[in-house]
Amino acid sequence: MATTSLEGNPPLAPPKPGFFGRNRDTLLRTLIPVGVVIALILLWQAIITLNSIPQYILPGPLAVANSLYNDWGTLWPALWVTTQITMQALALALIGGVGIAIFLVQSKWIETAFYPITVILQVTPIVAIAPLILIYAPTTQVALLICAFLVAFFPILSNMVQGLKSVDHNLLNLFDLYGASRWQTLLYLKLPSSLPYFMTGLRIGGGLALIAAVVAEFAAGSAGAGSGLAFRLLESQYRLNIPRLFAALILLSMLGVVIFMITSFIAWLGLHRWHESSLKREN
Amino acid sequence: MTTSQAPLIPAPGDTRRRPLVVMRGVSKMFSSGTLALSDMSLTVEPGEFVSLLGPSGCGKSTALRIIAGLGDTTTGTIDWPSSRINSKGLPEGDISFVFQEPTLMPWQTVFGNVYLPLKLRGVSKSAARGEIMQTLTTVGLQDFAGAYPRELSGGMKMRVSIARALVTKPKLLLMDEPFAALDEITRQKLNDDVLRLWHETGITVIFVTHSVFESAYLSNRIVVMKARPGRVHADFPLVTSLSRDAHYRTSEDYRQACEKVSNMLLEAIGGEEH
Repeated sequence: MATTSLEGNPPLAPPKPGFFGRNRDTLLRTLIPVGVVIALILLWQAIITLNSIPQYILPGPLAVANSLYNDWGTLWPALWVTTQITMQALALALIGGVGIAIFLVQSKWIETAFYPITVILQVTPIVAIAPLILIYAPTTQVALLICAFLVAFFPILSNMVQGLKSVDHNLLNLFDLYGASRWQTLLYLKLPSSLPYFMTGLRIGGGLALIAAVVAEFAAGSAGAGSGLAFRLLESQYRLNIPRLFAALILLSMLGVVIFMITSFIAWLGLHRWHESSLKREN
Repeated sequence: MTTSQAPLIPAPGDTRRRPLVVMRGVSKMFSSGTLALSDMSLTVEPGEFVSLLGPSGCGKSTALRIIAGLGDTTTGTIDWPSSRINSKGLPEGDISFVFQEPTLMPWQTVFGNVYLPLKLRGVSKSAARGEIMQTLTTVGLQDFAGAYPRELSGGMKMRVSIARALVTKPKLLLMDEPFAALDEITRQKLNDDVLRLWHETGITVIFVTHSVFESAYLSNRIVVMKARPGRVHADFPLVTSLSRDAHYRTSEDYRQACEKVSNMLLEAIGGEEH
């Protein structure tokens, strides 16, 4: 089917008919990475089997899958806790980051006064503050939330500040000319115009929120029913339950991938119709 | 020097009408200390098509922005004898501005961009729809209401910008080198469009340009400006009995107008050197 249009004038050939013809690109884009992952897993199992490596040193994919299935009762609540902390921290970081960015750009003086404080919060390694936060926060969950928030919040803030300040000056003049109020200028010009910057902040913040949630839990090292995947990971290590450690690790990276996909999808939804970053270049 | 403050062209039919805008002794000093505009006086009558022509740095864009209320004057006053004035000293909804770039919001469709001035006034979308579509029709973009700016050519973007300026039915249209970035063919077409809109609506236009040919083709009054400091060098009418169209471009009238404007401009530039 694909070869029928090769005769005549190939450069002007219309899109090839049929499902495979039309979706060939999409199919290949999905199949190739999936194939590579499968190949790597097979290779992993082969190395384990051929060298007869013991499970407590490096478990094979089968053992990990097994642990994933058998320990689901432990892993699932932990995954849920980590997901909740990450998402709550990200949501707070979005509200805080955008809100504070809007506040900072209101006047040069406000920015001069407060921006250094946000930078100090950012550059201080979060693991170093974690013990302090653990002392002051009422519960461990709140402490983890605060840590994850502090890390995720800064990229959103700094991108948003940049976006709000990068508004086309002629458009600002135009809004002035039509007597737009401060509120109208913010709502109809500054916010939509900084949307691409916001999306960048969202994608970075989403990834960082998960990392910070894990790091904070390592620092907290709390046990019990309310603990997340990071604690399960440590616990598995202490008990030399390496297959479960791998299972927890896989769940963490899956969570990261899902967050990445969601934030990318949101960015695509907001930008695909007008912004250059989401356009396919045609030439 | 033929600098003059008196209205040179009686508006057709009604000579008793009051001027639309009067600038008296307007100066503008930038914070860098540059005197961008020095003692400029200009009276624009309703229905005029005035071109501000001059070399770069002569303050023509500054003058236009000051008329629009973008930036304060250092000295001098601007009056709007025939308009209602709002709290900012600007005539209520009577002026529109077309920038050198189309200055469209990329996240809005053509419709959304033209809707903006009405939206800022609190007009609902459904109430504005008829007005917007009618304005888009006058610039020939009725079929592109749903398109995004990135999908349009440079000339079409400029038409959207013009439609946005016209949708509020202003008395005065200020244009700041609007077609400078366009190719010659598109530019001529848009010049004809602007002339047609001027005839149809009776709007007053102040048009900033550095093109002798463009100003001679479009305007019935030309203000030649001089640089360092920016000031008015000459102010004269361009009268022709011909209608300004493709024939006019090759007529003797047009040639003479170009020559006159060109000489005035040369004088303005030459006077600058000593």
